Amino acid sequence: MRESPDSGAIGVEGLWKIFGPRAERVLDSDDRFLEPGALREKTGCTPAVRDVSFEVSPGEVFVVMGLSGSGKSTLVRCLTRLIEPTAGRITIGGEDVRAASPARLRELRRHHVSMVFQHFGLLPHRRVIDNVAYGLEIQGTGKAARHARAADILSLVGLDGHADSYPDQLSGGMQQRVGLARALAVEPQVMLFDEPFSALDPLIRRDMQAEVVRLHREVGKTMVFITHDLSEALKLGERIAIMRAGAIVQIGTPEELVGAPADDYVADFVRDVPRSHVLTLRWIARPPEEGEPLDGPALPAVTLIKDAIGAASSSSRPIRVVDGDELVGVVDRVDLLSFLAGQDVSGLDVSGSDASGSDAVATA
Amino acid sequence: MSSTAVSTPSRFRVPGWVAPTGIALLFVVAYLIFQGTGTLPHNSEAPQFAAVTELREWIDDHRNDNPVFLYFLNYIRIFVEALFSLLQTTLYALGWPGLIGVMGALAWLAGGWRVALGAVAGFCSFGVFGLWQASVDTLALVASAVLLSLVIGIPLGVWAGLSVRVRKLFTPVLDVMQIMPHFAYLAPLALFFHIGAPAGVIATMIYSIPPAIRITALAIQRVSPTAVEASASLGATRAQTLLKVHLPLARSTMALAINQTIMMALSMVVIANLISAPGLGSDIIRGLSRAQVGIMLPAGLAIVVMAVVLDRMMVSVAKRDPRNKIGRSSLVVAAVLAGAGLIAAPLLPREWPANLTINLVSEINDVVLWAETSWFGVTSFIKDTFSNLVLNPLEHLFTSAPWWLVAAAVLVVAWRISGVRPALTALACLLAIALLGTWEHSMRTLTTVAVAVVVTLVIGLLLGVAAARWDTYSAFQRPLLDAAQTMPSFVYLLPALALFGTTRFTAIFASIIFAVPPVVRLVEDGIRTVPATVVEAATSAGSTSGQLLWKVQLPMARRAILLAANQGIVMTLAMVVVGALVGAGALGYDVVLGFSQRTDFGMGFVAGVAMVLLGVMLDRITQGADRRPSPTKGM
Repeated sequence: MRESPDSGAIGVEGLWKIFGPRAERVLDSDDRFLEPGALREKTGCTPAVRDVSFEVSPGEVFVVMGLSGSGKSTLVRCLTRLIEPTAGRITIGGEDVRAASPARLRELRRHHVSMVFQHFGLLPHRRVIDNVAYGLEIQGTGKAARHARAADILSLVGLDGHADSYPDQLSGGMQQRVGLARALAVEPQVMLFDEPFSALDPLIRRDMQAEVVRLHREVGKTMVFITHDLSEALKLGERIAIMRAGAIVQIGTPEELVGAPADDYVADFVRDVPRSHVLTLRWIARPPEEGEPLDGPALPAVTLIKDAIGAASSSSRPIRVVDGDELVGVVDRVDLLSFLAGQDVSGLDVSGSDASGSDAVATA
Repeated sequence: MSSTAVSTPSRFRVPGWVAPTGIALLFVVAYLIFQGTGTLPHNSEAPQFAAVTELREWIDDHRNDNPVFLYFLNYIRIFVEALFSLLQTTLYALGWPGLIGVMGALAWLAGGWRVALGAVAGFCSFGVFGLWQASVDTLALVASAVLLSLVIGIPLGVWAGLSVRVRKLFTPVLDVMQIMPHFAYLAPLALFFHIGAPAGVIATMIYSIPPAIRITALAIQRVSPTAVEASASLGATRAQTLLKVHLPLARSTMALAINQTIMMALSMVVIANLISAPGLGSDIIRGLSRAQVGIMLPAGLAIVVMAVVLDRMMVSVAKRDPRNKIGRSSLVVAAVLAGAGLIAAPLLPREWPANLTINLVSEINDVVLWAETSWFGVTSFIKDTFSNLVLNPLEHLFTSAPWWLVAAAVLVVAWRISGVRPALTALACLLAIALLGTWEHSMRTLTTVAVAVVVTLVIGLLLGVAAARWDTYSAFQRPLLDAAQTMPSFVYLLPALALFGTTRFTAIFASIIFAVPPVVRLVEDGIRTVPATVVEAATSAGSTSGQLLWKVQLPMARRAILLAANQGIVMTLAMVVVGALVGAGALGYDVVLGFSQRTDFGMGFVAGVAMVLLGVMLDRITQGADRRPSPTKGM
């Protein structure tokens, strides 16, 4: 299974989750298109996830972001049927999750997908090492083998020397490292994170985010990351889905969300993001004008705008924006200044944006 | 000219108090007109009673040829009897040194040297009181009942903790079981399982099983849902999650469930003596019925000591940090203690040596007699004043009012406090009481309960509020309340009997001191759990501490206070009924008579049923706002 090229891929198609006594019937009627509040009023059912579809490629970090109550935690639980979806199709590594038998589903949870929780979910009566080894223990791995594996993972997450502590003897950040280690110990292809760092202090949160980036580089798992914190989403996500009232409003790279928000809701969200830290030169490059000198410094199109300021200040000639050998356009000092002054919004060429997601990781 | 201004109220609004006062007046007038008519005087030869007596005769005749008995009930009886005699024989086989050693060892493992010392001293005291054999019988009875309760109750509790549906199914059944006075179980059990130890064990088990189920369910429910989800997300089977997450995390609460079960069983084994279960109960019941404190005091003390020793052991187990494994040195000490006892057993005399016992019966009786005679003025003044001013008029009111008027009053009151459905249930209970032919005695019992409840609530509220407001007073009162709640119910009859002899008032006094502690605790906790931010806000708005109490704390503690009232009623009813043994009369007396006189079995049986109905009725009347923790909020 692990060798399969798309073993870490996730596909979700038309996923619905409606809580309530007659969820099936609501789904079959036109009521399902009502706003959540109206639907609750009319039927007593609460729609948490509404017709959600997305794909995650192997090794990708996919962030689902939304305010509390937007259904993002329900969505991530539906992926391994910790919450049973009402309708829709879910595939993980090509396997149809909703069709899986209970035994097969357990297999999937034991070996392919593991999860990190907001409130850690550690077992207070077990030592750290036994918490980390829990997943292996329920698979039936022998004590020596699982402790050896757990010890390796503990040093991977930087918890050497804490194996014999109990969870309540550790700080919040360290407890979440234990949660992370427990999820890693079973060697999953997919890791799900349900707002793992929202309960932590800002400084520790930053450390943990860096930790996730590092782990992703080292172990290369597919990650689905739930958060309500936009800066966290931009920092970690290769692609981000914005959820509102159970439905996905927009899916895109951080650059696409910031540069071309799909509607006012998303625009409102990303308004305070320092755009020069997210957008690349591709967004402001324009065709060279007649007679404009084309011997200025060349920068790749994926350079962040803020990183181009240095080059612009050292040369008075327009910067040539290149994609490989091909000239995409030019950017001069006036273009940069007016962008930084926020006067470029109308001038953005949305249709021209096809920046590939994986290259657009924001400031990590 | 002036009349126009006065006489033109555009819209006349009825003040809120008019309707209740009007209805009350209506009842008073109806009572004055119809007083003395429609009463249902007691007739001990009533056909309802005779029918049950005949049923018993029939069952006794056919106990060994009717298939239900032959293939079902008798087997249960035989099994329980075997369990009881196994435990009894084992405990006897240890001999007194062996049992003391083993208990000391267990106590050491549970909670260290203090608990062990308590256990050894406590078990020695059984011998010193000259009650070794009775104590061992009681211990065997309690052990069998608790064992059965746990074997049945813990799985049911786990099931209820895991499934909302099961919980919804169990809750009403457990509710009714918990408001049944202990007396009420005995007659049906005697009918089906005959009298003797097995029936006693089963009665005790039924009485003690609700906390085993309820607290276990609560413990399972309270397990962190994230931990459960994390386990499921790693692919644990339900059984794995139960064994590795639920049970370990619920462990200490479940130890408290076991503790509660033991405490309930200890208070029931005494009553079980009425259906001829062996043990300390026989001395207590004998002492109660002869009004001889000297006979019952040592046995009562022995039960209390047993309760305290077992309570300390179980509480230590519950509190122990599971991470600290029992050390090797503790194991060695425990082994030495148990070993020493077991080795000493064959060397020392089989019976507890007679020269080590103290017999205080006559001395205690003398002290009680002295107390009774020297305080006679005071106690009889209290007793008589209370009886003449409160009890007798109220009892007259209840018994001379027409039954339909009482029923209507109950309906109206219950409707107003608790709503339609509880009111209809209460009415149905009352009508059933009338049909059973126990109206008059039920009304007498109701009088006693009503009076005791009112006094209990007044005292309970005062002490609870005081404790909530003054920390030093609360710190002083807490240990007293803790001690009071580990004591078996009938122990409260002792001081009451010593002070007031056998009268109706004795039972009331006993039930007040029995029911006050939990009421005080609930009121105090209710007031203390008012959020600190609300109190802070009210204080910063300039409330005096009196305003704070009346306008913030008491209204916000309303649910806790209603619960306290309900608890008070249930406990008072149970105690008033036991109080029959010390002169409370009415229903309780009928029950006791039913056990002692074969011809009155029917009356006793029906009186037991009437008690349950009375209990359900009072419970429904005071149910109020959803006071009982509903399935979603924990059982």
